[in-house]
Amino acid sequence: MIRHPLLMALLRSPSGRIGLGLVLFHCGLALIAPLIVPYDFNAQSEVLDAMGPSLQHWAGLDTLGRDVLTRTFLGGRQALLVTVFGTIMAITWGSFLGMVAGLKGGRLDELIMRTVDTFLAIPFMIFLLLIIASFGNEPLVMILTLGFFYGIGVVRLARAATLDEVVKDYVQSARARGESTLSIVLKEILPNVRDVLLVESAMRWSWMLLAFSALSFLGFGVTPPTPDWGLMIANARIYMPLAPWPVLAPMIALSSLIIGINLVADALAKALGLDRTQARTL
Amino acid sequence: MLRLIAFRCLFAFATLWVVSLVVFLAVELLPGDACEAFLGQMAQGQRLENCRVEHRLNESAHVRYLAWAEGLAQGDLGNSIKRSKPLENVIGPRFRNTLILGLTAAALGIPLAIFLGVLAALWRDKRADLLISSAAIFFMTIPEFITGTLLISFFSVYLGWLPGIVIMRVDAPISEVFTQIGLPVLTLMLVMVAHIMRMVRTSMIDVLASDFVMMSELKGLSRTRQVLRHALPNALLPAINLIALNIAWLMGGVLVVEVVFNYPGIGRLSVNAIADRDFPLVQALALLMASIYVGLNLMADIATLLLNPKLRTRQGAPL
Repeated sequence: MIRHPLLMALLRSPSGRIGLGLVLFHCGLALIAPLIVPYDFNAQSEVLDAMGPSLQHWAGLDTLGRDVLTRTFLGGRQALLVTVFGTIMAITWGSFLGMVAGLKGGRLDELIMRTVDTFLAIPFMIFLLLIIASFGNEPLVMILTLGFFYGIGVVRLARAATLDEVVKDYVQSARARGESTLSIVLKEILPNVRDVLLVESAMRWSWMLLAFSALSFLGFGVTPPTPDWGLMIANARIYMPLAPWPVLAPMIALSSLIIGINLVADALAKALGLDRTQARTL
Repeated sequence: MLRLIAFRCLFAFATLWVVSLVVFLAVELLPGDACEAFLGQMAQGQRLENCRVEHRLNESAHVRYLAWAEGLAQGDLGNSIKRSKPLENVIGPRFRNTLILGLTAAALGIPLAIFLGVLAALWRDKRADLLISSAAIFFMTIPEFITGTLLISFFSVYLGWLPGIVIMRVDAPISEVFTQIGLPVLTLMLVMVAHIMRMVRTSMIDVLASDFVMMSELKGLSRTRQVLRHALPNALLPAINLIALNIAWLMGGVLVVEVVFNYPGIGRLSVNAIADRDFPLVQALALLMASIYVGLNLMADIATLLLNPKLRTRQGAPL
């Protein structure tokens, strides 16, 4: 049993427990879904029509006669793959650049921050769509693009957190010892801004998931017939009054994952004593 | 004071200039040129050549950037490849529609958000606060296309009160637009109110705990006067910038909401422009959205400067 203090703090609050449960459930499901789903996600039943829940199909069939439960179980895999690695990339490059800017100061800092300000003005949704339209929607392309755009905001945050640290004695003495920038950033500053970055990664993850599902809702995220929540909702949405189940199942799945991540972020912020009220920038 | 404002304006223009470079370069770096992308499989021979000549793609990149920038400065956005008419005529009416949608949502949503935020702060950790705050988290986290779809099935399919899909001509008169936008406005509002309400709540809680509010209580002022006259203005000041950032961020949401409700605005136009590979149109739209972002931030900066008593001169607030 892992008894990390942070984990214990997270488990102390009820919302943290629920959130962590939801996130772990979804991640676990994404990993084992192909082994446990009852049908082929692309197989059409003889009943080529939307059908309500039955003993054979617990969440019914969609308008093409495919099993909704199977597609819902599989529908988060691409989203999780892209957003988990995208978040790791965003946090890594964003915080590294931010810490260097905060530590170095002067011209370099000025240059980095003005560039960041400019890039924040770029309507990234249009750029995402443009890049995907030109380079395709392979997971790697999506990870790199999302990871790049969502790292811009991290630079600001990491710099602000670093500025609070650089004035402290331990950084001054590391400088006096003549340590390299890289070693100060990684060994001295990183451990002290870790909490801020941890909460930020949870937030970024949930925003990236929102962006990914919006992209796939618009038809840019995955290529059919790959099952994906956003695309399932987009396709089944117009039949909702007649056949609500193919819409409701992916809606519940997507919402529960996003709410779970947010609950974890909130509980983490409370446990670490950081208030989480900054604007949602990018 | 004036120098500060002038400096901010200058910086905003510099930002837009760099953004225009980035937007131009990004499209330039994509594989294939605008004509190849648009014509697709028909991109060969005379047809491709004609298209390239018409859109000046045979000239080198910096010449085209200068021509584009010169046109922009004169208010000429260039021509759409797909629709082969001036972009102003394509974007203009749709931009008006998006403005109507956004401004209505903001006009209704911001006061409501401030009201709810103050209530939640006053009743901090009581049942009403928990209710408002959890509803806010719910609407902040759920994607717009889910809220939109649920609202359609409840208000237009089940109750039959509001039209679920917007069916109107792009240049419909304003009175007609207003009969159609009930649900899109509501969808946008839910997200916006949730975000702004949370910021107002936090900022209000901070201010309520400060010395001068305590002082106004000791002076024997009524609770209403304490809150409205002393606490609220000070709580709103730090929230202004965040509100501007949020509205700018909401533009990404507008894109999805317009697609969900089939609303003829610039959000849906940009999705279509990208699907059609109409790069000149995409460039113009990207720049337009960047200008909105920069403009809103500039306004928020100036408002903060004007409202901050520390920056007022003896002659009163300068304008």
